[in-house]
Amino acid sequence: MLWIKFKRILRTGFFNFWRDSTVSFASVLVMTVTLWVIALVSFSSAILDTTLAELRNKIDINVTFITSADEKDILDIKYTLESLPEVFLVTYVSRDEALTAFKERHSSDQPILSALDELGENPLGAVLNIKAKDPSQYASVAEFLGSNNVLSPKGITIIDRINYFQNKTAIDKIAGIITSADRLGLALTIFFATISVLIALNTIRLTIYIARDEISVMRLVGASTTYIQGPFVVVGVIYGVTAGLLTLLTLLPITYWLGSTTENFFIGFNIFSYYLRHFLEIAFIIMASGIFVGALSSVLAIRKYLKV
Amino acid sequence: MIFFDRVSKIYPDSSVALEEVTLSIEPKEFISIVGPSGAGKTTLLKLFLAEEAPTDGSVYYESVDVHSLGKKEINEFRRKVGMVFQDFRLLPNKTVYENIAFTMEAAGRTDEEIESDVPHVLELVDLSPKIWNFPRELSGGEKQRVAIARALVNEPSIIIADEPTGNLDPANTYDVVQILKKINDLGTTVILTTHNKGIIDSLNRRVVAMERGRIVRDDKSGKYFK
Repeated sequence: MLWIKFKRILRTGFFNFWRDSTVSFASVLVMTVTLWVIALVSFSSAILDTTLAELRNKIDINVTFITSADEKDILDIKYTLESLPEVFLVTYVSRDEALTAFKERHSSDQPILSALDELGENPLGAVLNIKAKDPSQYASVAEFLGSNNVLSPKGITIIDRINYFQNKTAIDKIAGIITSADRLGLALTIFFATISVLIALNTIRLTIYIARDEISVMRLVGASTTYIQGPFVVVGVIYGVTAGLLTLLTLLPITYWLGSTTENFFIGFNIFSYYLRHFLEIAFIIMASGIFVGALSSVLAIRKYLKV
Repeated sequence: MIFFDRVSKIYPDSSVALEEVTLSIEPKEFISIVGPSGAGKTTLLKLFLAEEAPTDGSVYYESVDVHSLGKKEINEFRRKVGMVFQDFRLLPNKTVYENIAFTMEAAGRTDEEIESDVPHVLELVDLSPKIWNFPRELSGGEKQRVAIARALVNEPSIIIADEPTGNLDPANTYDVVQILKKINDLGTTVILTTHNKGIIDSLNRRVVAMERGRIVRDDKSGKYFK
């Protein structure tokens, strides 16, 4: 009997969706807009994440050592730094490498190159390039470097300069922007997702409001709650699935069209390749949201009319 | 079979719909309830179907207070009662067949029973050719006959017809009354509410007259008195 009941509920739901085509069409469109907003929100958060990661990547601090510093002492400091929990990556640039990079950078600047030749020896110290796990942690890394922890075995400091102190204001500002952007992104996500879900919920409520007389008749002929509610939930789920498919389909040409624009604008983020790469994940979010909103709206909306 | 025991219904705005109504209806009876609009006829039926709760008093069906029933039991009870309304209340997105089948499905009948009983009951109300039509494709009289078929199909022990001829022309009114009489002759209790004096006079059955929420007359072989 349970299977027969389930089959009848499914069949009635499909028929109701098909026969009330105008209402179904309107509801699917509204639901599609909702799912579009959810898709856009997930794209924006991906764009934000990529951009912020790129920004984070651009922040680092360079520790320049005095020219007489022993390479072994520098490498000791490197290993100590790598053992710090805040530190993500430490790259060692030897004096020779620093000189080669300097020459390359100034290859078109003849006076500087000849001045360098006149000096006869390499004036550049070795460098440790440090990337922290989070921009806010550079202060503690710089503090560590400024302390006695990094003295050579002879007890003298071999650090010439740390550029954190020159760039402190800029680093702090970027760290602040990243934190605020993260928070704003989350707030906007919640805001738009809530608004769009509410719109979809109200549309389905309206479609059930139209059917309120039918529901009361069903009650009076002795139909059980499941038997009345079931087909409406099925219709809600069909709205969700149809709108989900429509959303996923329309996203293809639109992200394709926007692909190169986003790549130029947001440091290497191509929305189309992101969509293709994360298709399964996005499809799951969209379909699950559609089905959830459709079914939940139907259950909530119909409850009011089941009191007869 | 049905007993209203000193039933009162007062709405939140203090309007009195029923005042201490006591009424007993026997099995296989054909009873007409008459009275002007607002007399309390429809409220009486709503209280019987547990659509609304009485402010005071009790409504019994076969010695059971219908307002003491749980949700599931109310559904089972309602399946024993066939309802016919003035505005037909057919399900607009279902065909004639599906409208009737829905009532049987709600009662848990099998697909085989539905396939054999629906055409049969449509034959009884002379609507077989319209079996696959939607309600919007039917005339008022045809819609009411579908509603009667829907009320009949689960072989209920009671048929309640709330002003069933209110929207019909005289010819369709006559047809509907004849069908109701036939149903009653086959042993089903019929409760009819109406304004139509002609119907009451032609039926020559029990008439209960109501006014301002009270029963003012109960006549065993009634005529319509103003």
